[in-house]
Amino acid sequence: MAPELQNARKTDTVFRTENLNIYYGDFLAVRDITIEIHKNKITAFIGPSGCGKSTVLRCFNRLNDLIQSFHMDGKLFYRDQDLYAAEIDPVEVRRQIGMVFQKPNPFPKSIYDNIAFGPRLLGYKGDMDELVERSLKQAALWDDVKDKLKEMGTDLSGGQQQRLCIARAIAVQPDVILMDEPCSSLDPISTLKVEDLLQELKEKYTILIVTHNMQQASRASDRTAFFNVEANAKGQRTGYIVEYDRTEVIFQSPQEQATQAYVSGRFG
Amino acid sequence: MASSELATAPNMKRSPTSPRTLFSSVMTVVTFACAALALIPLVAVLSYVLINGASSLRLDVFTQLPPAPGLKGGGFGNALVGTLLTVGIASVLSIPFGVMAAIFLAEFYRDTKLAETINFLTNVLSGVPSIVIGAFAYALVVLSTGTFSAVAGGFALAVLMLPTIVRTATEALESVPGDFRQAAIGLGATRFQTTLRIVLPAALPAIITGVILAIARAAGETAPILFTASTSRYWVRSIWEPTATMSRLVFDFATAPYERQQELAWAGSLVLVTLVLATSILSRWIVRKR
Ligand SMILES: Nc1ncnc2c1ncn2[C@@H]1O[C@H](COP(=O)(O)OP(=O)(O)OP(=O)(O)O)[C@@H](O)[C@H]1O
Ligand SMILES: [Mg+2]
Repeated sequence: MAPELQNARKTDTVFRTENLNIYYGDFLAVRDITIEIHKNKITAFIGPSGCGKSTVLRCFNRLNDLIQSFHMDGKLFYRDQDLYAAEIDPVEVRRQIGMVFQKPNPFPKSIYDNIAFGPRLLGYKGDMDELVERSLKQAALWDDVKDKLKEMGTDLSGGQQQRLCIARAIAVQPDVILMDEPCSSLDPISTLKVEDLLQELKEKYTILIVTHNMQQASRASDRTAFFNVEANAKGQRTGYIVEYDRTEVIFQSPQEQATQAYVSGRFG
Repeated sequence: MASSELATAPNMKRSPTSPRTLFSSVMTVVTFACAALALIPLVAVLSYVLINGASSLRLDVFTQLPPAPGLKGGGFGNALVGTLLTVGIASVLSIPFGVMAAIFLAEFYRDTKLAETINFLTNVLSGVPSIVIGAFAYALVVLSTGTFSAVAGGFALAVLMLPTIVRTATEALESVPGDFRQAAIGLGATRFQTTLRIVLPAALPAIITGVILAIARAAGETAPILFTASTSRYWVRSIWEPTATMSRLVFDFATAPYERQQELAWAGSLVLVTLVLATSILSRWIVRKR
């Protein structure tokens, strides 16, 4: 990994953004995002559909770079480094900042190879068997799959696949894990397992999670950002952050009317 | 009772005489008849070749050289080797180029003007009559090297195979779900690593199918071979000399006035058909195995 990114791990604020405006072509999708993400905390993004939660999340590991029409202004610092500076290599960024997607997307490979994929990319020299086992244990999947590591990851159940994807993200030992609605295709029991998992993971990682599930946000997160969306003069529906605070504050004594309405389920 | 309850339910029984049912029955019969009709030529060709070819198909036709006009015995061993050789050369030339082109089209230049243009040209190329491709290879390779050869034949067949390979491989790569790419990129893979380690393996069965079909088609082609590989009565000694092939042999012998030559033409046809059929079945089997 790039040495400057390595050194950057020391500070306590992991991400800091200043007035991010994010566009798809001419369309201003999200505006004025100014937010700080704290180390070893779980930060939840909540808000109505289309308000730009995924869009903002994907900025943190430069995954939006894959979208041709995407562009952004404002500043995004990862541990005091401008993530969008010209000399930053997005590939290195994604090795520090892992991602778990809404839809479980294991590779059409064995369970073992799914986990080993990332470490192999990085030229991991240690004991791969041990790393695979450790990652699967951290993702609470080891007991389910320890006897069938050679079987296809795609043959697991949806909940198991999602935990496999989490294990895969952990295996490269990132600094931050971004999760975009990781439980939306899971049953309640798998969802609870993933939530328990989050509590364990935050000891080592900083986690950002997008969720539509209010209980999940209030149960599992330390800080919550509530997003909303508003039509501007040109009729474009642009998202913004209404309120960002400790999760108890957002859910019990929010400053804004809209937040109160949203978290209590009386919305729009 | 149930009947009294059903009295209020809509009538869902079949009525065989309603116009809708009648129309549907008639159409079923018509489509079936058309399908059967379309199968007749295929069955006729296959059985004709089988009946005529099987009677003179003995082991030594695979190992011997063609007989001199009017003589008995002999075989088409050299032509079989020649076909495998020209198709082999064609594969070596076309598969790497075709698959690489597909990777660029599907993975690196997808939805760009360049990709659109190349796609269009590929389609044009696949519509060019094979005799024209033969003439092109003649002008380019035969004239410049001064001899008919397996290389010239292989080159012509490669040009013929290229569009099929590019098209099927592009489709195969494009049908790999974007989720896999995102996952790999999200783990810090480069575009190139993503393609090589994730997308290509996932698309491989479909690519292999396309390649095999292209090979099967090339093996049966005659027109581009006629004046590129030409023919020979001897065993292949070098890839730079005129080379006999199965399709050319069938072309020559079927029209020859000698009984033995005609027998060999039938036997050769049977071997060619079997080759093509076997490769098609092989490709299906590879797909099925996934
Ligand atoms: N690739 C894209 N190209 C163009 N517009 C996009 C793209 N992705 C998202 N958008 C637009 O940006 C806005 C925000 O989308 P985003 O997916 O970030 O919302 P979200 O808050 O994650 O919604 P959901 O809760 O439904 O997932 C939407 O208006 C959406 O249509
Ligand atoms: Mg989303």
